[in-house]
Amino acid sequence: MQSTGDNQPKQGWRQVAQPVINAILVPFLAIFTAVIVGGVIIAIVGGDPFAAYLGLAQGAFGSAKAWSETLVWATPYIFAGLAVALAFKGGLFNIGAEGQLAFGAVATAWVGYALPEMLGFDIPGLLHLPLAVGAGILAGALWAAIPGALRAYAGGSEVINTIMMNYIALNITSFLLNGPMKDRNPLNVIARTPEIAEGARLPVIFDGLRVHWGFPLALLVAFGVWYLLWKTTLGFEIRTVGANPDAAKYAGINFKRIIILTMALSGLLAGMAGAVEVTGLNYRHELGFSIGYGFDAIAIALLGKTHPMGVVLASILFGAMRNGATRMQFLTQIPVDIISVIQALILLFVAADAIIRYIYRIKAKEDRLVLTRGWRG
Amino acid sequence: MDWRRFSFIGFIIVFLFSVVVLIGGSKISPAIIISSMLTTTIAVATPLTLGALSGIFCERAGVVNIGIEGMMLAAAFFGWLAAIYMNTVFKFNPGLSLAIGVISAILSGGLFALLHAWLSITFKVDQIIGGTVINILAVGVTGFLNRQMFFGEGSIFGGNVPHAPGLLPSLSKWLGALCGGGEGCFGLPNLIQGTFIDQKPIAIAAILLVIITHQVLFNTRWGLRTRAVGEHPKAADTVGINVYRTRYINVVIGGMMAGLAGAYFTIESVPSFEPLMTNGRGFISLAAMIFGNWTPFGAWAAALVFGASQALQINLQFFRDSIPPNWAFLQHAYIVGLAPYVLTMLILTGIIGKTTPPAADGQPYEK
Repeated sequence: MQSTGDNQPKQGWRQVAQPVINAILVPFLAIFTAVIVGGVIIAIVGGDPFAAYLGLAQGAFGSAKAWSETLVWATPYIFAGLAVALAFKGGLFNIGAEGQLAFGAVATAWVGYALPEMLGFDIPGLLHLPLAVGAGILAGALWAAIPGALRAYAGGSEVINTIMMNYIALNITSFLLNGPMKDRNPLNVIARTPEIAEGARLPVIFDGLRVHWGFPLALLVAFGVWYLLWKTTLGFEIRTVGANPDAAKYAGINFKRIIILTMALSGLLAGMAGAVEVTGLNYRHELGFSIGYGFDAIAIALLGKTHPMGVVLASILFGAMRNGATRMQFLTQIPVDIISVIQALILLFVAADAIIRYIYRIKAKEDRLVLTRGWRG
Repeated sequence: MDWRRFSFIGFIIVFLFSVVVLIGGSKISPAIIISSMLTTTIAVATPLTLGALSGIFCERAGVVNIGIEGMMLAAAFFGWLAAIYMNTVFKFNPGLSLAIGVISAILSGGLFALLHAWLSITFKVDQIIGGTVINILAVGVTGFLNRQMFFGEGSIFGGNVPHAPGLLPSLSKWLGALCGGGEGCFGLPNLIQGTFIDQKPIAIAAILLVIITHQVLFNTRWGLRTRAVGEHPKAADTVGINVYRTRYINVVIGGMMAGLAGAYFTIESVPSFEPLMTNGRGFISLAAMIFGNWTPFGAWAAALVFGASQALQINLQFFRDSIPPNWAFLQHAYIVGLAPYVLTMLILTGIIGKTTPPAADGQPYEK
């Protein structure tokens, strides 16, 4: 695409459109290719790919309710995707969004149901909701700051450490939700917390639809992350540490502080995903709901090219697929798990954009995303 | 591997064993507890040992592989699927079905590794991202096929999971036939009988592969070339070693090791498949590899530490009632289950000496 641009004078819309086209061309083709390969797989196992995709589209966008559910799915994806994308910008690979999300959800749920009981009075909604969400994002940030500190001071790879912390978080939340925090309702057999108080809930936007104010909040936070990264000194330092750690050291940036701060901010966003799910949708934390979000978030961050705007679009796409898959399974008996296969293929083609460039004969551009730096950094 | 690290490992294992002996010693004789702990330790360390060997092959050649978890999961599924297929559709006898299952697991591990090699060597994709792709793909493919084949309407097996052809038998069953049957017919002490003779084939294979890998890496021409490619690919290239080919072959060998580890889950340990059943073992193997400083024996020792902490969790279940009240936290499986993960993080902080990865680990080679 770059070569055609060079031959002609760039003017007007072209100047605006060309970078946008360059940015979205490969992800778009990656999605397109993954959908085709997914269709072939459906056909191989004896399904009708057209009927399946039609069902998927209907389930995702066919009605106001479908739209609402798609956005409900997309909301935590946006937060978690932003978390992974922000860490990538700082040269860190946060595979631990899942654990941070679970911890955020547990902390939010605790403030939501247990704090009023402990204090002995109802906390007014104006105060209770921010308190609950604040506890969630704080828990996520602290949980992620641990591998950040280990990376900064002990050189331990954040890749392995965040994965280990996912399993630690899963064990601890399993213990809490089966023990001290379990819903004491005699009818309950599930590992889950009691419902949070009315005052700690995020309201829905439209009566009768489940989409809640967490979605507009997610858009706002996405804008905030963009502003932080490109319009503030801290954001500049994060990006410098990510793009060129040596230059960052020579420029006098406090390397260790930035690494810990980047991980904490990343965990804060992941914790917010958990907090918003608890306050806006489930009104409690249930064991197992967080499983899989971490890897989905990585796929979303990469598909969105680690840009907040891209993350929002990728999240809506992933949300639509997850939401529409239920109707697809109902109509065509293709298991919803085909969505995981298609998502993995999308990630494959986005990560290995050389495959896409090879298939569609697109010339490579110079700016490659530098994402991770192996064990030593 | 220096003596400090081996003695640290020895200390941790002794500590974990003594916890169980202290708690259960009043009920059962310590010798039996130690023997049982040792048997469990070696058995549950099997996938970790094989996973670490998988990592060593890949990373000694300069390719970071965090996709071991996914390769294990895929191999566990496809090996199990092949065994069931052979047994129910082609009516092979159970022993042959299981053998074909193991081979299929090894091959599917190698196939996923081939994808990783293609991404990271040919397309020079960021290797950690490539490994993540493998992990996500394995979860998706196994989850999809598992539901499509066994639980879907009109699925091949008609909506219910058929009986697996069983599990691989322990060595004592075969060796016992040599001396007229019966367990312990060699007159061996309980400890050795339990530790080695009662183990199953993949567990024994893992120990043999540790020795073989050590020999291959440090005493053969192939091993020297592999290490050269992982340390300084440019220099290796100038003396005529084919960097890409060496890396491809090592990554695929590594994938086959991960595949054998996968077979452990569904063919040697339990006769069924569950989504996500590898449960982080692939990642713990990587930690074992790092702690073992990229050497086979070091990685095996580290894998045994994780095995011992898992054996602690399993064996404590028997002694739940005799746990003293001030150690009450040990009653919760979830809390004891934290041990391997916390241990991994502690080890990675480098409190017991720094580790050095191969110099060109994770870097794509540009000719």
